[in-house]
Amino acid sequence: MRAKDVLGRRGEELAAGFLEAQGMRIVDRNWRCPEGEIDIVALDGDALVIAEVKTRKSLAYGHPFEAVGVDKLARLHRLASAWCRDHELRMPLRRVDVIAVLDDGTGGPAIEHLKGVG
Amino acid sequence: MALGRTYAVALVGLNGYIVEVEADIGQTLPAFVILGLPDASLNEAKERIRSAAQNSGIPLSRRKITANLIPASLPKRGSGFDLSIAMAVLLAANDVRPTGRHVFLAELGLDGRLRPVRGILPAVMAAVQAGYPDVVVAQANAAEAALVPGARVRGYRTLARLAFDFGADPQELVLDFEPDEEEPDDAGAAAAAGTVPDMCDVSGQTDGRRALEVAAAGAHHVLLTGPPGAGKTMLAERLPGLLPDLGDKAAMEVTAIHSLSSLTSATITLLRRPPYENPHHTATAAAIIGGGSGLPRPGAASRAHRGVLFLDEAPEYERRVLDALRQPLESGELVIHRAAGTAAYPARFQLVLAANPCPCGKASGKGVDCTCTPMMRRRYLARLSGPLLDRVDIQLEVERVALADFGQPRAEESTAEIAARVRAAREHQLDRLRPLGLETNAQVPGRVLRGPLRLAGPTTRILDRALERGALTARGYDRVLRLAWTLADLSGRAVPDADDIGQALGLRQATATAA
Repeated sequence: MRAKDVLGRRGEELAAGFLEAQGMRIVDRNWRCPEGEIDIVALDGDALVIAEVKTRKSLAYGHPFEAVGVDKLARLHRLASAWCRDHELRMPLRRVDVIAVLDDGTGGPAIEHLKGVG
Repeated sequence: MALGRTYAVALVGLNGYIVEVEADIGQTLPAFVILGLPDASLNEAKERIRSAAQNSGIPLSRRKITANLIPASLPKRGSGFDLSIAMAVLLAANDVRPTGRHVFLAELGLDGRLRPVRGILPAVMAAVQAGYPDVVVAQANAAEAALVPGARVRGYRTLARLAFDFGADPQELVLDFEPDEEEPDDAGAAAAAGTVPDMCDVSGQTDGRRALEVAAAGAHHVLLTGPPGAGKTMLAERLPGLLPDLGDKAAMEVTAIHSLSSLTSATITLLRRPPYENPHHTATAAAIIGGGSGLPRPGAASRAHRGVLFLDEAPEYERRVLDALRQPLESGELVIHRAAGTAAYPARFQLVLAANPCPCGKASGKGVDCTCTPMMRRRYLARLSGPLLDRVDIQLEVERVALADFGQPRAEESTAEIAARVRAAREHQLDRLRPLGLETNAQVPGRVLRGPLRLAGPTTRILDRALERGALTARGYDRVLRLAWTLADLSGRAVPDADDIGQALGLRQATATAA
């Protein structure tokens, strides 16, 4: 496993823990289909949450949120539909969240959470 | 608070309007949006602001930033809004304390320095007039902004310094950054110092010199015709030097136009000398009267406001360019309409036209070498339309310099001596004309000439005879009267006498097409 994947993995671990601490229920992790991958699928009450996790060690290459562009958002929405089809579920309440994990290795990582983007 | 509010000024022509800048930080993915009819250079402000804030130690929020410029319907352009938007965003993020009614007018450099912008003078004038006297500008613009009476100007070199004064956390700020001083623009300074050529360089040309003095004294428009090399251009160039210094109000107007149209953003001082513009005869209407894409910008006629507009080779200009000058000659103002808006610029200039007598230029004096047919000659000067020439009081034929005048240079009168007489004449005029709401003899309408300023019958006898004979039109009659008043002012007489009338007749010596 390459260093960036290790970092990403750890970020997703942290994010999942963060969401659970918020009272959400994680239902799926790293779900893949030909279109791409969903980092975390969770349930927030009745709402299905598709969460994208972005992890960075520093801000040298910009804020993690800045890595989520218009194309990425559109794909996340498509992936949300694909996940529902695959699991034969109808989830009228559905949203895409983005979680930024900033972990510079000193002290606790900083986690920021944007709900219902795009 | 996630909403910040600051103020800036949008210029439409010379008129400025206060623009309210709102910034909001939304809890969603990073983006930067500017609303309120921004043009391309204003839209680029986003990148400048982000970099400038980053490099000043106060990075902008990593969220969606929406900046809204109100009123939304007013088109806004240029980089002058950078600072107001940046401050509004910092305010929205609680990085600085509220700025109250301060108006911010500066462009941001990527390194966080404040750069000067064009049109600071009219913008600050508008801000003060609208009741926003506290203005923050780039240091390089501070002197210009301070020209406006009543303005409380603060000049800054960097965004960090400004943020510090508005309560940003000094721990984070990059305060030790001192950008290099901008090089003062020598060309601009030289123009402001007014190195106009002196009248003592003109040998001979007694008539021409006299005509120029009268033109300066009464602010009369002038047409000089004569063969190439006679010295028409030489004379015209020396007219601005004869004009008196500009008063406070006029100086502000001239400086404001200069501030708006100067290509460099160099420091501008108050211009006290009348400007001089001599566009080339291939100039388009837009270049002369103002125009350009988007909001129209001032042209040569407006840049010559309160000064001299010299059109050399006048018949070579496009006819519509010349005729476009009729509006400002009448009203002293140019109103230009474009898709993006309407701009009004003042354009009360003194017009000096120079023309050859014919296309080959040799038809003066005996005209023996002239190869032009009579038709060609007529057509040539007929290009100067009647309505335009109607407003030109002095129409003088400039002869070639005689050898006697040229061979041994005499001590000719200098600009300073003549200017002193002009100043005195202007004062006489003002005493007489102020009650009538006028300033110079050239502005006096015919009904005033023949009404309150009516001359005694014997004085105007030769004029009346000329009118009767048909040698003079009614309009020509008025023009002679105007000139006669200026001649009287120059010689210190309270009222023109028959001699002044005679001289005035000589000065409007009819050219081929003169009315």
